[in-house]
Amino acid sequence: MIKVNHLNKQFGDTPILRDVSTAFERGKTNLIIGSSGSGKTVFLKCLLGLYRPDSGQILYSDKPFSKMDNNERKELRQKIGMVFQGGALFDSMTVEENVMFPLRMFTDQTEQEMIHSVNEVLSRVNLNNANKKFPSEISGGMQKRVAIARAIVNNPRYLFCDEPNSGLDPKTAMVIDNLIQEITQEYDITTIINTHDMNSVMEIGQNIVFLQYGKVAWEGNANTIFNADKQEVIDFVYSSNLFKKIREIQRSK
Amino acid sequence: MKHFTEIGAYFLMLGQVFKRPTKRSVMKELILKEVEELILNSLGIVVFISFFVGGVVSIQTALNIDNPLIPDLLVGFATRQSVILEFAPTFISIIMAGKIGSFITSSIGSMRVTEQIDALEVMGINSLNYLVFPKIIALLFYPFVIGIAMFLGIFGGWIATVYGGFSSSAAFIEGVQSKFIPFHLIYAFIKSFVFAFILATVPSFKGYYMTGGALEVGKASTAAFVWTSVIIIIANYVITILLLS
Repeated sequence: MIKVNHLNKQFGDTPILRDVSTAFERGKTNLIIGSSGSGKTVFLKCLLGLYRPDSGQILYSDKPFSKMDNNERKELRQKIGMVFQGGALFDSMTVEENVMFPLRMFTDQTEQEMIHSVNEVLSRVNLNNANKKFPSEISGGMQKRVAIARAIVNNPRYLFCDEPNSGLDPKTAMVIDNLIQEITQEYDITTIINTHDMNSVMEIGQNIVFLQYGKVAWEGNANTIFNADKQEVIDFVYSSNLFKKIREIQRSK
Repeated sequence: MKHFTEIGAYFLMLGQVFKRPTKRSVMKELILKEVEELILNSLGIVVFISFFVGGVVSIQTALNIDNPLIPDLLVGFATRQSVILEFAPTFISIIMAGKIGSFITSSIGSMRVTEQIDALEVMGINSLNYLVFPKIIALLFYPFVIGIAMFLGIFGGWIATVYGGFSSSAAFIEGVQSKFIPFHLIYAFIKSFVFAFILATVPSFKGYYMTGGALEVGKASTAAFVWTSVIIIIANYVITILLLS
């Protein structure tokens, strides 16, 4: 579980995150949603320790990140898997080498053991026969799967995904969403997904945090979002043409 | 003011490069890969340029000697001095600033743009140690490249002089051997080590701290070449004053 207490972050004179407090539960897909510029990416980077918050606390399993020493942080980072928006696969490495990378860095497994783990995890993300290909030789959807495989190969306790569906067709996006949800439940990990894709919200939104102007404007889940008491959330939901159409059809009935 | 900030950031980066080392077995592989990329893959251009520039230096020297009182051995002497003192260590380093420097900046810059550096950091890896340290170690072999450039420069001079009919082989070789000061070689190799460090770190700095997209990667590569060249020229001047004057 990850808890966030009164988090503030600003760049120059511009406040990006304002008094953000929330909790991300284990075994659930936790979504951070909001329109562009709402502070989602900065929030995610603060959670990952890539940005240092100006004030407030982030607690990993009740331990404040800011009070961890270098060894504790290193240990924690090894328990974190991250799927970046563009995949962030290493261009110079094959699919197999990319997925093997965390194992090579942090375990003492033999080459054979590592290859076995890689094959296992690649088949888990339904990606076979691509081991020797380079990232530039596979499609965007496959790259996302490789990124997911790399993120989970070392059995992480926390999985972060930054816009995992961006640039993917709706069908592939749904497959990726379902894959992330399955992995979350199967491995019992805390998954945090940064998205503004309403399809993802409906598909896997077990816990949703809506950010607006750097503040938590609403919290709920996929079942409660349509009845949210905040107009901003309703506006966000129906900013999607598909959902707008559905609402019009429902009203006309 | 901006330049002072950059200089400060450069030295802070150097501090980080030597902290939190990457796992030894992984680092060994990275170093071997960098030796191949930065040293072995540079040999072709170094061989080609050294041979022909050495030839041109000797021809220019021979053509400018029209006084019969000046002995023919001056061609070999001048070629040796030019090649060992300046051409091989400095001129080749400027060329390497273009070849190695832009390669380093664009590869690290691309990693920055595509969040690969963030991926390393999220995993708890010291990305500066992982990316820059192997390059510094690989470039410890750079004086070996300069040694080849020295040999081929003088060899090119000998070929051009003898087969161009400017002087005899014996006179050229006598010129190469005359008044040889071994410290000049030490001076050249000291310079090479310093230039190697500059070649590894300045382009890395430009690539690592770049922001933006593909266009900025190109701009950073150009800036890396310019700044690496400028710093090499300044370092050359300072080392020459310290060691030879």
